[in-house]
Amino acid sequence: MGRITLDKVTKSFGATEVIPPLDLTIEDGEFTVFVGPSGCGKSTLLRLIAGLEDVTSGQIRIDGQDATMTPPAKRGLAMVFQSYALYPHMSVRKNIAFPMKMAGIDEAEQNRRIESAAKALNLTDYLERKPGQLSGGQRQRVAIGRAIVREPAAFLFDEPLSNLDAALRVGMRMEISELHKKLATTMIYVTHDQVEAMTMADKIVVLRSGHIEQVGSPLELYHSPRNLFVAGFIGSPKMNFIEGSEAAKYDAHTVGIRPEHIAISDSGGAWSGVVGVSEHLGSDTFFHIHDTGLAETITVRADGEVGFRHGDRVSLTPRTDVMHRFDAQGLRITA
Amino acid sequence: MATQHSRSAARIMMAPAVILLLGWMLVPLTMTLLFSFKKYLPLRGGDLGWVGFDNYIRFVSSSAFWPSVQATLVIVGGVLAITVIFGVLLALLLDQPMWGQGIVRILVIAPFFVMPTVSALVWKNMFMDPVNGLFAHLWKAFGAEPISWLSEASMQSIILIVSWQWLPFATLILLTAIQSLDSEQLEAAEMDGASPLARFGYIILPHLGRAITVVVLIQTIFLLSIFAEIFVTTGGSFGTRTLTFLIFQRVLESQNVGLGSAGGVYAIILANIVAAFLMRIVGKNLDA
Ligand SMILES: Nc1ncnc2c1ncn2[C@@H]1O[C@H](COP(=O)(O)OP(=O)(O)O)[C@@H](O)[C@H]1O
Ligand SMILES: [Mg+2]
Repeated sequence: MGRITLDKVTKSFGATEVIPPLDLTIEDGEFTVFVGPSGCGKSTLLRLIAGLEDVTSGQIRIDGQDATMTPPAKRGLAMVFQSYALYPHMSVRKNIAFPMKMAGIDEAEQNRRIESAAKALNLTDYLERKPGQLSGGQRQRVAIGRAIVREPAAFLFDEPLSNLDAALRVGMRMEISELHKKLATTMIYVTHDQVEAMTMADKIVVLRSGHIEQVGSPLELYHSPRNLFVAGFIGSPKMNFIEGSEAAKYDAHTVGIRPEHIAISDSGGAWSGVVGVSEHLGSDTFFHIHDTGLAETITVRADGEVGFRHGDRVSLTPRTDVMHRFDAQGLRITA
Repeated sequence: MATQHSRSAARIMMAPAVILLLGWMLVPLTMTLLFSFKKYLPLRGGDLGWVGFDNYIRFVSSSAFWPSVQATLVIVGGVLAITVIFGVLLALLLDQPMWGQGIVRILVIAPFFVMPTVSALVWKNMFMDPVNGLFAHLWKAFGAEPISWLSEASMQSIILIVSWQWLPFATLILLTAIQSLDSEQLEAAEMDGASPLARFGYIILPHLGRAITVVVLIQTIFLLSIFAEIFVTTGGSFGTRTLTFLIFQRVLESQNVGLGSAGGVYAIILANIVAAFLMRIVGKNLDA
């Protein structure tokens, strides 16, 4: 079981309020991702849940029990840190055994859990090594192993992949997702990378300066962002925003259109502009179009075969059926 | 990139320093060795020629020799134990965020800047004097009989004085080591259910291993040759005659340079035995 409820939780460091009153429920077995720009309070929120920071006011409940004053070790949560936080002078085996040793679990059971975690995480050959002799990815796995053997009610991850190189990151992303499918334990995962959020989450919590901007499944956030911030944060490349008279045509203060919802052609479209930088990914090409009279640049995603060059004058056709409309406060206009 | 060329250039550049240091070490060492095989009494006939190992045999067979080795080891061991244990505790304390941290740290370091002679005199006259010392007043305030520290508890007193001088050094090194500990490791241990004591034992102490090794090795080198503290307090009496002090007495009080030099060679041997011993116990902390 691992149902976590935050009830009007706030956190201030001295006079600065990092988390204004915040309500959130994380259901048992859910993979929840906290995403937001750097410094928005994601780590602080996670540390409040872990008990490494004390809440300034409000209540944290784990499985219905008030855990606000419970010390970290008693909350039944396991955390994987950004720096891995392995114990450098202990072997991998001792690292993984540490929480069980502290909990007074008997030796035979310890070994059984270590072996099974090592097998699941491909660490069997490294059990006698010190963390210093492992690669970044392996250290990450040891940190996860140390969390698994505790059989916690929920796992907390704080940007666990940000120290890995891009290729490894994609691999570990899948491994963590698979681990979640296998264990079906609640996981809370903090990242500033919206791609990680979109690919892994059951539920995404978008944060901005301590406020929850929107909570929803990845596709909910993609299809109906509640405001300009979420619209701009979710999706890559970023959504195009157009203000002024063009937006007024759609009875909106701002309209947003994702790059993948604009078609590019020689002529005949609603908008026109000049090709600036184009980014060729092979499968797709992102064109940055200038001089449209709508916004500084309009980003368009096209098939990799489309061959416009720098300086070409092109014509753009937006799909108005998937256009997002926002009012002067930046809130989504529905229907 | 250390190419052949740059390596030989580096050797040439380093040569003056190496030669100077070697000379600095070798000249006195050779002279000591030379004198130790001679009967040399500056005020009673000067150089009286070679005597083989006579000085060596006389130095060890003197009734003062083994007690002096013992006194040396007791002082070194006592000071090391006190400075390491209290150094770790003080470092832990100073690492806590607190008001006036900067000033407190400077105050803690201060004893290290006091010259050994001065600090020993201050301790002797201001604290340990059986009539006017602060300790005597304190004892009297509780109705107890003042202790004449330097004669009744001479060894403990000297260990106390020397520890007071070296505690800042140990604290400073251990404090920087504690500050270099990744706080996430402690938080991870906290989440893993480790009590404060377990966190100290399993995380902080192993992290400090290397710093403790450095403190022990450096202090041993200096403590084997402490002199001023003994000279100005007990003058080597009441069982506080260390090997260094014995050599001093042989050379200057008995004016027997040959005998003193032989003692000096024994001191070198003792220092090497102690160093080898320490390296075996704690030296493995230095690799890895
Ligand atoms: N211990 C602390 N003392 C004071 N301010 C802090 C402390 N920890 C975090 N903050 C502040 O809280 C804000 C949120 O930090 P954090 O939760 O680490 O952000 P994120 O993880 O989203 O990048 C930042 O502005 C940071 O400066
Ligand atoms: Mg963070």
